[in-house]
Amino acid sequence: MSSVLFDAPGPRAKRTYRLVGVASIVAVALALWFVIGKLDEKGQLTAAKWKPFLTGEIWTEYLIPGLIGTLTAAAIAMVLALTIGTLLGVGRLSAQPWIRLPCGVVVEFFRSVPVLLMMLFTYALYANYDLFPPDRLALAAVVTGLTLYNGSVVAELVRSGVHSLPKGQSEAAMAIGLTTGKTMRLVLLPQAITAMLPAIVGQLVVVLKDTALGYIITYEELLRKAEQIGNFKVNLLPALIVVGAIFVIVNYFVGVIAQRVEARTRRRGHTAAPPLPPDQIDQAAVAIAAAAADPRSGGTA
Amino acid sequence: MRQRIIAALGITVLAATGLTACGDDGAGGSGGSGDKITIGIKYDQPGLGLKEGSNYTGLDVDVAKYVAKEMGYEEGNIEFKESPSAQRETLLGNDQVKMIFATYSITDARKEKVSFAGPYLVAGQDLLVRADNTDITGPDALNGKKLCSVTGSTSAQKVKDKFAKTVQLQEYDTYSKCVEALGAGAIDAVTTDNTILAGFASQAANQGKFKVVGETFSEERYGVGLKKGDTETCTKVNDALKKMVDSGEWQKAVDKNVGPSGLKLDAATNPPKSFDACA
Amino acid sequence: MDVISEFFSEYDGLGAFKTTIYLTVVSALFALLIGTVVAVMRVSPIRVLQVIGTLYVNIVRNTPLTLVIVFCNLGLFLQLGVSLANKDSNTFITDNNFRLAVLGLSVYHAAFVAEAIRSGVNTVPLGQAEAARAIGLPFLKTLRYVVLPQAFRGAIAPLGNVLIALTKNSTVASVIGVTEASAVMKVMMENRPDVIFVVFGIFAIGFVILTLPVGILFTSMSKRLAVKR
Repeated sequence: MSSVLFDAPGPRAKRTYRLVGVASIVAVALALWFVIGKLDEKGQLTAAKWKPFLTGEIWTEYLIPGLIGTLTAAAIAMVLALTIGTLLGVGRLSAQPWIRLPCGVVVEFFRSVPVLLMMLFTYALYANYDLFPPDRLALAAVVTGLTLYNGSVVAELVRSGVHSLPKGQSEAAMAIGLTTGKTMRLVLLPQAITAMLPAIVGQLVVVLKDTALGYIITYEELLRKAEQIGNFKVNLLPALIVVGAIFVIVNYFVGVIAQRVEARTRRRGHTAAPPLPPDQIDQAAVAIAAAAADPRSGGTA
Repeated sequence: MRQRIIAALGITVLAATGLTACGDDGAGGSGGSGDKITIGIKYDQPGLGLKEGSNYTGLDVDVAKYVAKEMGYEEGNIEFKESPSAQRETLLGNDQVKMIFATYSITDARKEKVSFAGPYLVAGQDLLVRADNTDITGPDALNGKKLCSVTGSTSAQKVKDKFAKTVQLQEYDTYSKCVEALGAGAIDAVTTDNTILAGFASQAANQGKFKVVGETFSEERYGVGLKKGDTETCTKVNDALKKMVDSGEWQKAVDKNVGPSGLKLDAATNPPKSFDACA
Repeated sequence: MDVISEFFSEYDGLGAFKTTIYLTVVSALFALLIGTVVAVMRVSPIRVLQVIGTLYVNIVRNTPLTLVIVFCNLGLFLQLGVSLANKDSNTFITDNNFRLAVLGLSVYHAAFVAEAIRSGVNTVPLGQAEAARAIGLPFLKTLRYVVLPQAFRGAIAPLGNVLIALTKNSTVASVIGVTEASAVMKVMMENRPDVIFVVFGIFAIGFVILTLPVGILFTSMSKRLAVKR
């Protein structure tokens, strides 16, 4: 696309481009130099603050358990969200208003309420009514919050995935005598899920990032471990920087996998619908997909 | 193609459950069985209860170890478990821990849900300032200053309402951020229990940087949290605490953990001479 | 229902929601600005700018928002000494935290705005840009007069969703002490554990009221303003 936006540069344009390029490199370098200088001045770059990350103890006692905590919550939440989301999504496509409407209300409600609010609430709820063993309390609340929100996002993905299928698919299914339920289960849903797959993997990045909210309710994930390292070695800022880097690396790879899945789906087909892009804008992905699929149906309520 | 999706979902489920199983390791040995004991502490409070790699340090930990030893548990048989404030009552109620030593103030509201032994320390709300500060001598000297505390805690609001109407309040979610901000000069004082403040000031990397003002303006009686009605343990704990105070071990533990900050505990109430009746 | 009256009087819940709205609106404007610049960088002919834009998007959107906001306070303010309010003012802490939160929210959502605009650029047919070049418009003018106006209209739905996400994500500002809705809800739940359902209900409905109309508005706008082709 970008190659369409500008002509091949002539000699003068080339000079200008090079100038702007060099100027921006200098600007970035200056900013970095300022940041590093200031951090050094404030004593944040001392060996005492950074050395701990080279010791095994910090990794075995803090960072790796933290990463496992983050991945555990994200994995459980994603699996539950897929289950609940598929049910809600199919429910929203139902011809029966008494199924369609409640599913719609549930989906719209949980898409509107901040995940943090849901975590705070379920944490208080589970603690007050003693619904989980105490050491599973925070995990349960984190998973609930993530599941409810992402379940509603998945529901919307399912809906737009089914909408993006050509009409001929359901017409053909009906023509060979399949019931509405069977049409959905045997023809529409499998293709919709294949089309959704890249977007679902992309959504995993959102889930991984949102587990970080769990530290507010004392869930033992990376961010909370960073706080503990900070308390232990008096190096809060370096600990947060290291944890931030871990998040970026893990999420970057998940993003790459999402793109691979998309390319594969595009290449191998198995679905009559175009694959939904693995956008990490969570809800935006839904809207883009819905808009691309069917301008009449619209994305959001 | 359907099988493939099912297989993909299956793999995800397997991965998820596999990970959960990994996370399950810690839940195995809960307290109260024979010669092992599980004790709840804080993991994030230097000087009181702090996880340092695979070790645990602090005053709460030392007192807990002493009491457990008096009750017949060797140090190797003690299992420590993190007890964040919001989970303390449930941890005790579900027998996940036998006792809790975690800056747990004895209050009437809490007594309705759990029982307390002790108190083993009487702390009070105080202020932490930079070592070179001379003008903050107490809460009423905070007008126009910047004071830090944690979100949801009433301690900073109390200072504003009772002592210094024009103080500016900074709220973070953890005390370590307050201490970071105090060190960077962005705020003038941190307020909470003097023991917690002293714990931060006593950390090796912080020594000489901060001091506790020493004008307490509340009384927090740290008790040992027990399951409601566990009078048997309560009596044993109180006996152990008495012995700890009498033998001088108590003073040693205080000096070691919060002494480097120069903290002076209120001598009228510390060390505690009498304990609440076990009921 | 005494909790509801407590929400209005003792806890100033309306004030908290006002802060939420204010945080959202101001951050949305800055995010749109930064996001547009980043999107332009990514489609620009200059390689260095493309790389910077791509790095920005890849780093920022893979970092949890909580960390971004904590870095604004702990890193930018405490360590680098960048303060965004008058140091002598007696509302310095409140103002500064609010503005740091706005900065964090803007920087974070700008990455998503940039992606939304880029997806909008992809909806513009190739012929449009080719025609612009054919009549001799340089890169920036091609963008300014031909591509971006259509791209924005094509990106309205995803932009609306970023705005909804931003409204909800403003709750994270509580970690650096901005008293917005979630901070107040947390305190109310701690003080009144007996009525957490009502407390959650009040705040959840508050957010539904804030986000649902935005969704409806942007959906209808995206249909009305869609470029007819």
